[in-house]
Amino acid sequence: MKTHLITGLKITVATIILFGAIYPLMITGIARVIAPNGGRGEEVKKNGRVVGFELIGQKFDDDKYFNGRPSVVDYNAAGTGGSNKGPTNPDYLAQVQARVDTFLVHNPAIKKSQIPVDLITASGGGLDPHISPAAARIQIQRIAGVRHLDVAKLEALVEAHVEKPILGMGTSRVHVLHLNIALDELK
Amino acid sequence: MNSEILGIVVLFILTVVLAIPFGRYCVKVFKNEKTWLDFLAPVENFVFKVCRINPNQPMDWKENLKASLTLNLIFFVWAFVILITQAWHPFWNPDGIGNMEPTTAFNTAVSFMTNTNLQHYSGETGATYLTQLLVFCFLQFVSAATGIAAMASIFKAIVQRQASDLGNFYQLFLKSCTRILLPLSIVIALFLVLRGMPSTFEGAAQVVTLEGDTVNVARGPVAPMVTIKQVGTNGGGYFGPNSTHPFENPDYITNFAENFAIIIIPIALIFAFGFYIGKPKVGYAFFAAMTVVFLAFVFITVHFESQGNTELAKMGIDNSLGAMEGKEVRIGSAASAFWGVSTTSTSNGSVNSMHDSQTPLSGGVYILDMMINAIYGGVGVGFINFFVFVIIAVFISGLMVGRTPELFGKKIEAKEVKIAALVAILHPFLILVGTAIASHVQANQADIGWLANPSYHGFSEMLYEFTSSAANNGSGFEGLGDATPFWNILCGLCMMFGRFIPIIGPLAIAGSLAAKKYVPESAGTLNVESPAFVAVLLSVIIIIAALSFFPALALGPIAEYLSM
Repeated sequence: MKTHLITGLKITVATIILFGAIYPLMITGIARVIAPNGGRGEEVKKNGRVVGFELIGQKFDDDKYFNGRPSVVDYNAAGTGGSNKGPTNPDYLAQVQARVDTFLVHNPAIKKSQIPVDLITASGGGLDPHISPAAARIQIQRIAGVRHLDVAKLEALVEAHVEKPILGMGTSRVHVLHLNIALDELK
Repeated sequence: MNSEILGIVVLFILTVVLAIPFGRYCVKVFKNEKTWLDFLAPVENFVFKVCRINPNQPMDWKENLKASLTLNLIFFVWAFVILITQAWHPFWNPDGIGNMEPTTAFNTAVSFMTNTNLQHYSGETGATYLTQLLVFCFLQFVSAATGIAAMASIFKAIVQRQASDLGNFYQLFLKSCTRILLPLSIVIALFLVLRGMPSTFEGAAQVVTLEGDTVNVARGPVAPMVTIKQVGTNGGGYFGPNSTHPFENPDYITNFAENFAIIIIPIALIFAFGFYIGKPKVGYAFFAAMTVVFLAFVFITVHFESQGNTELAKMGIDNSLGAMEGKEVRIGSAASAFWGVSTTSTSNGSVNSMHDSQTPLSGGVYILDMMINAIYGGVGVGFINFFVFVIIAVFISGLMVGRTPELFGKKIEAKEVKIAALVAILHPFLILVGTAIASHVQANQADIGWLANPSYHGFSEMLYEFTSSAANNGSGFEGLGDATPFWNILCGLCMMFGRFIPIIGPLAIAGSLAAKKYVPESAGTLNVESPAFVAVLLSVIIIIAALSFFPALALGPIAEYLSM
């Protein structure tokens, strides 16, 4: 037993160095060279100013912007999480109903049956940067009204921002931050 | 075909196709044959030399076990000490994170030592960069290697004839790390950083958003940790919400790569068994038995998640994207459901959607999957659990035809069957007794504040937590308020028993089988690769799981489904 203890201590130190230090340092070192923004997370800029990270969703609740999905943590990227509410929880269902009602007040031209489910449910991490194409489309009329823009122009903008499934696999989606930056630039 | 379904079909087929050559490669590693990674030998030899290990010294099952358990004890002490002192370490803590509360530290140390990676803390607020790397990243390698080494000893026992040598633990352990886990991790981690996953030692970044809010964006050395979390069927995420966090799972392609990483080694090791004993068909037969169950589970969960939450459909909204609560738009319902089955089959426990918010029967399938805990299973231990079921199935088949059962030329006698039965019973015992105690406490203290959801779903939350602990899975119905001494200690104990007894028992069986005389095959020998035996094996698995767990499942997920 004693020999195993001494051997065990030594091999523990050796493996901590190999897998707890050398391996992550090596990946981080290579990331500095090959990864977007040197592995520090790819940034999104507007007129030279950093306004966010490519992967990290941010809060858009203003009527003049395309709104993102509800977030349980209010898009706090320092303390993330989901609702963990079960599908039949009455409090949860009341909360979803409240989101539906709020949406209909802000978007009076829309019928309830048109609201896509991603717009009234919270993501798992609370930082979902995307919405579905349908969720972007049903906000066009509201934004056209607030910004006094042509609906056809906005429709073209949304379609230009729809990302299709990669190699025919996965989902279609719209990156909310990119879309809103482009929206601000639209005349 | 729908683009979401196509994604998971391609993923599964690709993984299986690559798992066959990878399984062959693993056998070469276990048998010390030449591989194209032999340039790593100087590193391994240096470690052996410094540690004064003779890698070729034979060890019997008891020596193997002593070495393994001692090493795990050291891992536990190391992890616990670092966790309760992490605030005081002078570097790799740019965000000034504090020490971990002792019972949470106990739970976390056990959890990472046992390859469970249940997390009662949240990564971005509860662990320093130093802890993430020197404890979590490190333990996700070595706990996986502990399981693989035990499995390789069992492989060896089956081909041994009247011998006690089950291979040298230290050699199997280190080479599992350097030859199996490390190369796969490096390739996948580099792929993930190319897709934008961060890997940095800089602290949180402050940005002012387009709407003018100031937010701090937590980051860190994410990619190396996330990769080994998947490759070693660990599941311990860098951030609290695991692979739902966009930094931990940037897009559909990384989701594909991570899900591949979850199942590749577990599947490869099933094939490896066949190659190791020189009967590849046995590996294929075992794989087929597991795959029947796996695909059945995938069908159920993909169906229900794509259909969506019917309670929301009743409100009259457009439910065509599926059950999106707790899911990410870039991943979608089908890939989330497939991942759910992958992670609960393989005792991985990482999530790319919140299982607590999934539809009732999907949640039920995940719990059942962990109750069986042998559909591919965790690296190494998955095969070991399956091996226990094989022994029981062989015994029952033997009884049916009235002849002493044999497995791979070894007689299976009372001793082996007793140990196998005890190991098989332990799992329901831990889960059901634990859930019963928790339900009792909850029933008497309704204001205890554990459950995020009332009624049947609340019961499922507790059942899930114990199942996940005993199965060393690590995922959770995360609505459960589990960072309390009750859950920390009880789940910690479940993880320990659920980890080590299913290693000790089967190793003892292996030691006993290795010492037995070889009985040549005859016309009366049970053919384990035959469809008839696969059917018996499947029945044994389903009967044990169904009989033990059906009442509990009926009270939780099934009752919730019927109430909708």
